[in-house]
Amino acid sequence: MARETVEVPITGKIISVNVKVGDTVSEGDVLCLLESMKMENPIVAPVGGTIAEVGIAPDQVVKPGQVVAVIEY
Amino acid sequence: MFNLFDTGFQFFYWGNLLMIVIGGGLIYLGISRKMEPLLLLPIGFGILLVNLPLGGMIDYEFELSHNGIPGKVISIEVNSTTRLSENDVVIRLDSGEVIAPVHGRIKQLLVSPGQEVLPGQAVAVMVTTAQTPFPTTPVGLFSRIFQFGIMWQVIPPLIFLSLGALTDFGPMIANPRTLLLGAAAQFGVYFAFFAALATNFFMKVGFTIPEAASIGIIGGAEGPTTIFVTAALAPHIIGATAVACYSYMALVPVIQPPIIRLLTTKQERAIYMKPQLREVSNREKILFPVIAAVVVILFVPLSAPLIGMFMLGNLFSMSGVVERLSKTASGAFIDILTIFLTLAIGATMTAENFLLPRTLLVLVLGLVAFATATAAGVIMAKILNIFSREKINPMIGAAGVSAVPMAARVVQVMGQKANPRNFLLMHAMGPNVAGAIGAAIAGGVFLGMIR
Repeated sequence: MARETVEVPITGKIISVNVKVGDTVSEGDVLCLLESMKMENPIVAPVGGTIAEVGIAPDQVVKPGQVVAVIEY
Repeated sequence: MFNLFDTGFQFFYWGNLLMIVIGGGLIYLGISRKMEPLLLLPIGFGILLVNLPLGGMIDYEFELSHNGIPGKVISIEVNSTTRLSENDVVIRLDSGEVIAPVHGRIKQLLVSPGQEVLPGQAVAVMVTTAQTPFPTTPVGLFSRIFQFGIMWQVIPPLIFLSLGALTDFGPMIANPRTLLLGAAAQFGVYFAFFAALATNFFMKVGFTIPEAASIGIIGGAEGPTTIFVTAALAPHIIGATAVACYSYMALVPVIQPPIIRLLTTKQERAIYMKPQLREVSNREKILFPVIAAVVVILFVPLSAPLIGMFMLGNLFSMSGVVERLSKTASGAFIDILTIFLTLAIGATMTAENFLLPRTLLVLVLGLVAFATATAAGVIMAKILNIFSREKINPMIGAAGVSAVPMAARVVQVMGQKANPRNFLLMHAMGPNVAGAIGAAIAGGVFLGMIR
């Protein structure tokens, strides 16, 4: 099974996490909302699959490179 | 003259009613639709207040004098309840007549029938809400704020101080190519300038050069820059240019996507850019505003009030040693200035000033400016791609029109849609802040050429 790791693209704060381990997602589904530069930015799934891992929690301040989620497909 | 029981109804006409509806509409959009409430709510209420006659909020007073040869007053054509339009006859003399140079009303007559009038003699005190080319005295709350805040060029540069404190030039410093994208988008400014001048070919009275420059600068998509330039060059159309600029900034998510789609293929929109930009050091971030101020102002001296304040505000926040100043500049200070600016802009929109065919034309040309600026940015990005090994996503060129951060946000959303792996926000912020600098420079260039 292939795994795709979604990373945090820019520094910011997680507003909400919209998926949990075991969820099935399609390409383009919102994984979490990241507040950065006074804007709410959705981080979306690059591929469809199953969430194998979630690396963030609401209200967490995150840096680029941190793992948002791992998707297995 | 007026007594205690004079009401506004004697001067109220359909134009005032229409403007009150427009003002109410802006307030509605702000509150119900959350569309730019910080701007639309005070502008809308300002419009409401100045369209209630005799409230005097945006009144200017001046002495109407007789400019012809000596003569005797035959008749006085107006009384205190006459609503005067431009060129209406106020007084008939046996040697000619005295006409109203702008719309307004007579506050006080200084002559009576049969009296001899000499050239240059004041015959009446007149009140108007127009921005006139000749000197007047502001006598209302808003006309004073407008005169000393906007016409004296105080408020727009101070807003730039605050914007500077809120801006991070990091993404632009990390990728200096984006400066070119911000510059390219200023093409929209010059295109709209020439389009406005071209009205002279098919209209009896087209736009003058100063008016055309004020219309063109709408394409810079920076409210304070537009107001700064229009106040200096063509203050009588400032309501129209400011409203065009602020509305189109709010409408960027509607205006830009079709133009971007028209100029790019799906593959181009999906071009992937690594999210990580180069780490920009503190030293670079501190040096940038200092060097940029010196270089830009040496080349375009009249951009000094805007660029100088912009860079000072940025230094406040980047230096890290004057946190109190940077916090105030980016918080309470900009709020106070926004209140003054928006009220003053709303106040210029009395029915007599605003309900003119030209206002509609300004709005159309402003849209042309925004559209061509977007197109120029995207095309420039595609040209850069011909010459560079590491391709950029051409959509980030569209962020060069400024309208910080709305345009960058549009690019981010469209980029993510075309390719879910893409996160273009930081890449788009580069041309976005470069566009803000570019607009201020374009404004300075106009002032240098025309004033």
